[in-house]
Amino acid sequence: MDGNRRGFLKAAGFTVLAVGTGTVSVLRSARARPDAPTPSSQPAGANALVGKRWGLLVDTTRCKAREGCQDCRRACHRAHNVPDLPEPRHEIKWIWTERFRNTFPDAEHEFMAPAILDRPVAVLCNHCENPPCVRVCPTKATWKRPDGIVMMDWHRCIGCRFCAVGCPYGARSFNWRDPRPFLKEQNPDFPTRYRGVVEKCTFCDERLARGLLPACVVSCKQKALTFGDLADDRSEIRRLLASVRALRRKPALGTMPKVFYVV
Amino acid sequence: MIDKALTGSRRYWALVAGLGTLVVVGFVVYLRQLNEGLAITGLSRDVTWGFYISQFTFLVGVAASAVMVVLPYYLHDYKAFGKVTVLGEFLAVAAVLMCMLFIVVDMGQPMRVLNMFRYPTPNSVMFWDASVLMGYLLLNITISWTALGAERRGEHPPRWVKPLIYLSIPWAFSIHTVTAFLYNGLSGRPFWLTAILAPRFLASAFASGPALLILLCLLLRRTTRFDAGREAIQKLAQIMTYGMVASVFFVLLELFTVFYSQIPEHMHHFQYMFVGLEGHRFLVPFMWTSNALAVLALVLLLNPRARRREGVLAVAAVAVFVSLWIEKGLGLVVTGFIPSPLEHVTEYRPTVPELLIGLGVYALGFLVLTVLYKVAVTVRERLAA
Repeated sequence: MDGNRRGFLKAAGFTVLAVGTGTVSVLRSARARPDAPTPSSQPAGANALVGKRWGLLVDTTRCKAREGCQDCRRACHRAHNVPDLPEPRHEIKWIWTERFRNTFPDAEHEFMAPAILDRPVAVLCNHCENPPCVRVCPTKATWKRPDGIVMMDWHRCIGCRFCAVGCPYGARSFNWRDPRPFLKEQNPDFPTRYRGVVEKCTFCDERLARGLLPACVVSCKQKALTFGDLADDRSEIRRLLASVRALRRKPALGTMPKVFYVV
Repeated sequence: MIDKALTGSRRYWALVAGLGTLVVVGFVVYLRQLNEGLAITGLSRDVTWGFYISQFTFLVGVAASAVMVVLPYYLHDYKAFGKVTVLGEFLAVAAVLMCMLFIVVDMGQPMRVLNMFRYPTPNSVMFWDASVLMGYLLLNITISWTALGAERRGEHPPRWVKPLIYLSIPWAFSIHTVTAFLYNGLSGRPFWLTAILAPRFLASAFASGPALLILLCLLLRRTTRFDAGREAIQKLAQIMTYGMVASVFFVLLELFTVFYSQIPEHMHHFQYMFVGLEGHRFLVPFMWTSNALAVLALVLLLNPRARRREGVLAVAAVAVFVSLWIEKGLGLVVTGFIPSPLEHVTEYRPTVPELLIGLGVYALGFLVLTVLYKVAVTVRERLAA
């Protein structure tokens, strides 16, 4: 318990530092280069990755989920103390796979090869520019940061689950029961949760604050995930988005997801 | 005045004791839910709201329907509602109380409920809903208690209540409109994404609320010396008929739009409700029961001669109430989640603990109602004597 609390305070401290330094660097109009790998040995916060509009590109043609690869999910769930619950209906998921037909119900047709229709696609919180979950939350326990990350405060959440109802992507999980007994191993640097609150992917805000790319991105040996600043036209993700045809989930809803897919 | 509830017949105390027992049972099961989490309910990752929120939604309607007696009596000076108005207002008080309890028992972190007011969030409909419900509770308890007190002393209600009464009329419409807005502003849930949801809520409320009030009036006449009067009951029957007709009409409008446009993601929900989806048909028998009762109610109510016979009226009122309870208290909320935005069909069945907690909340509401009605009836009996 104490370890968790300390871990949380540490993460919170990093975040504050990161936001602080972020503001300063924006004021100096220094161009952030989040795609450049940053050594993590330096003091925390000083080299935090700073962006104006974080985004992620998922290249499903490179993804090996078909062959049973679960690297991104494992890395994420281990880093964030996401439990493995026995009952599917109580599952907590930050990043997982859905079949193509479920992920892009608007893009499928009956003559598509079953291999494509059933291809697993990595899904996670879209960190919408116009997030419905933030709009409906009655306590501001979830909000959009200036860098576009949709954040969660597990200490303020009242567990009404309105955000989970509002999310058109099924990205939010609720702790139907105490998750702690279902953690195989605990990462002491990240808080665990209590029953009765909602959680989801935070684009690894705690890692960005330490100058690290998100856990899923780093874990992917296929380099299928590209993370970067969508506001920076020189970033890798912008270069890729300009050169490939990328989709977003349910674009007609106007939520403006910042997770893009190459299919 | 509350002292009137402290003395009563053996039957009164038996009712109080019975309801009290259910409250205690519900509370004990709720303690288990507090301890183990909402995992003891049938809710899931895909169906995140169920029995509790459905009851909340249904009862907001019952609460709002008080306006159907308040408006004719105070705005149109319809004298026949003189006796029944306070019953409508007390019913609203009990119903709002149950609404609030259903919200609290649905919360994952109920001890943080005040966060809603510590961090008021105007962009959240839930913040508005909590606010208007709270306001409606205060308005109704103030108005009804003051009016009944004045009546007991043989006086007119004090002048300062008048503005509150007028305020309570649009306020009643607001509570159910805002409750509909909880649902029909969500882009990812096509089942609720329809502008007719608020009118539909109001129409069904103005049928189910008067239905309950009619039944309560008939019950009071049997068990006490309090008689709401034949004219008042018949007028309520007329209001209920109009409400039911409008409610069924609105549902048919919905069905036309959905099935003529043939947009699959809109049709799937209705298919789940009425014929089942991918072999999942838990709600199907309930929904057809609701439909059959709606037809029965309309057949009885649209015929004035049948409606005027109180035995028939009682059957019709039960049919209206049960039909709309199934529609709103079982179907409406849950179906919005089936299929999920990722097109998975996960069914939901309330569990026994969930039902017991729900029963406890209902028992508490009816306990409050019993006490309030006891006060009203005793005051009236004394005046008549």
